[in-house]
Amino acid sequence: MAVVSRGFGARRREQDPALPPGQYLTTDFPVLSAGPTPHLHAGEWELEVRTETGARRTWSWEELLALPQEDVRTDIHCVTRWSKLGTRWRGVAVDTLLEGVETTAAFTTVHCYGGYTTNVPLADLVDGKAWIATEFEGAPLPDEHGGPARLLVPHLYFWKSAKWVRGLVLTETDEPGFWERNGYHLYGDPWREQRYW
Amino acid sequence: MSGWLAARVAEVVPASASGRVLVLDVPGWPGNLAGQHLDLRLTAEDGYQAVRSYSVASVGAGERVELAVDEVPDGEVSPYLVQDVRPGDVLEVRGPLGRYFVWQPEDPGPVQLVAGGSGVVPLVAMVRAHAAARSPAPFRLLCSVRTPADAFYRPELEALVDDAFRLDWVWTRAAPPGWPGTPGRLTAAGLAAAALPPEAGPTVYVCGPTGFVEAAASLLVAAGHPPGRIRTERFGGS
Repeated sequence: MAVVSRGFGARRREQDPALPPGQYLTTDFPVLSAGPTPHLHAGEWELEVRTETGARRTWSWEELLALPQEDVRTDIHCVTRWSKLGTRWRGVAVDTLLEGVETTAAFTTVHCYGGYTTNVPLADLVDGKAWIATEFEGAPLPDEHGGPARLLVPHLYFWKSAKWVRGLVLTETDEPGFWERNGYHLYGDPWREQRYW
Repeated sequence: MSGWLAARVAEVVPASASGRVLVLDVPGWPGNLAGQHLDLRLTAEDGYQAVRSYSVASVGAGERVELAVDEVPDGEVSPYLVQDVRPGDVLEVRGPLGRYFVWQPEDPGPVQLVAGGSGVVPLVAMVRAHAAARSPAPFRLLCSVRTPADAFYRPELEALVDDAFRLDWVWTRAAPPGWPGTPGRLTAAGLAAAALPPEAGPTVYVCGPTGFVEAAASLLVAAGHPPGRIRTERFGGS
C-alpha cells in the first residue's frame, strides 16, 4: 500500500492509456547517453551483421540507403520515465538485413560506435519489430540522438534502441550489454516495468 | 533491489533561487555510492502516482538521504518538492540506482568533475566522498551556473577546497561582485585554464542539462580527453 504524500496531485497531468506504468508524457526529446556524443561521418560509417559462426555482412552508408526504406510511427519509452507518443522514423527493417542469414542464435549483442553495447533477443528484432533508423520526424537523425543511424526497437525501453549503431552480433547466450551490466534489466519491457534488476 | 521505502522529510533548506535541499529519513536505506540516484514516488489521496529520478547528494552508509531539487517550470513533481513539501511529510523512495556514474574512494586516479546548474548534485556527493575519505586523488570541480543565486552548495564546496580539491566557477549570465572576467558560457580556453589536462589522465564526470553536457563533452573531446574516460549524465529535453 503506497504512502499518500500530503497535498500532492494538484499539478497532475492527463493520464494516457498509451503510457506504460510509471511513465509520463514529454514533448521534448531527452538524451540518455553514458558518454560524449560521437560525431560520425557517413563516409567512414559501416554496419555489420555477424553470426555465431563468424559469417559477416557489411553495408556502407550508401548501401544501407539503397535498401528498402520503411516509415515507422511508434511510441517510445525511456527507462528514465519519459515517453513520446506517435514519433515518426524512417529506416531499414532488421528483417531486411537478416534476409538469407543462417543462424541458430537466440540473442544479439548490438555494438555501437563509442563502445556502447546492449543485448536484445533475436526474436525481438525480427518480424517488423526493429529497424536501423536514419531519420527522425522527417529529418536526418541528429548526432545526440544516435545519428547517422540507431537501432529502433520501440517495444522495449529505449536504451535498447542503441545509438550510433555499428553492428549486430548474433549470439547463442544472452550477454548483458553496457547498461545491463550497470543496473538495468536484461530485457526491458516497459509494460512490465522491467527497469532495473 | 529492495522495494519502495517510506521517506520522512526531516528538513527543507532553500538552496538556490529555484531549488531546495530535502533531507529525508529513510529507515531501511542501504546507503549509496557517490553519484547514484534514486526513484522518488508521490501518491495523491485518490491513488494517482508520479515517479521521478533524482541524484543523491549524500553518500555512504546511513539512513539520512539528501536530495537537491531544482524546480522545472510547468513540472508536475519538482514544484511540489520545491514549494509544497514540509518537514514531517512522507514520500517514497527506491534505490540506490545506477552503477556507472559513480566514484569510489578506492579509485586513486585523478578526477575532473564538470557541472551545469543543478547537475552539480551527484558531483557534490563525489566531492563529499573524496573529503570524507581524505583521498589524495587530485579532484577538480568546474561548475557552470547562470548567476550566484543559482549556485547550489557554493559555501560548502568553497569550504572543501584544499590541496587535493580545486573548485572553479563559470558564471554564464552574472558573476559575483568583484569577479575577474566577464560572464559567459564555458569555452575551450576556460576549460583549459581550469580542468585537469588530458595528460593527467583523469576520469571525467559531466552532469547537467542536455545542451550543457553536449557542449562540455565536445570541448573535452576536442581538448584531447579520450571519449571512453568521459562519463556523462544528462537531464531535460534537447
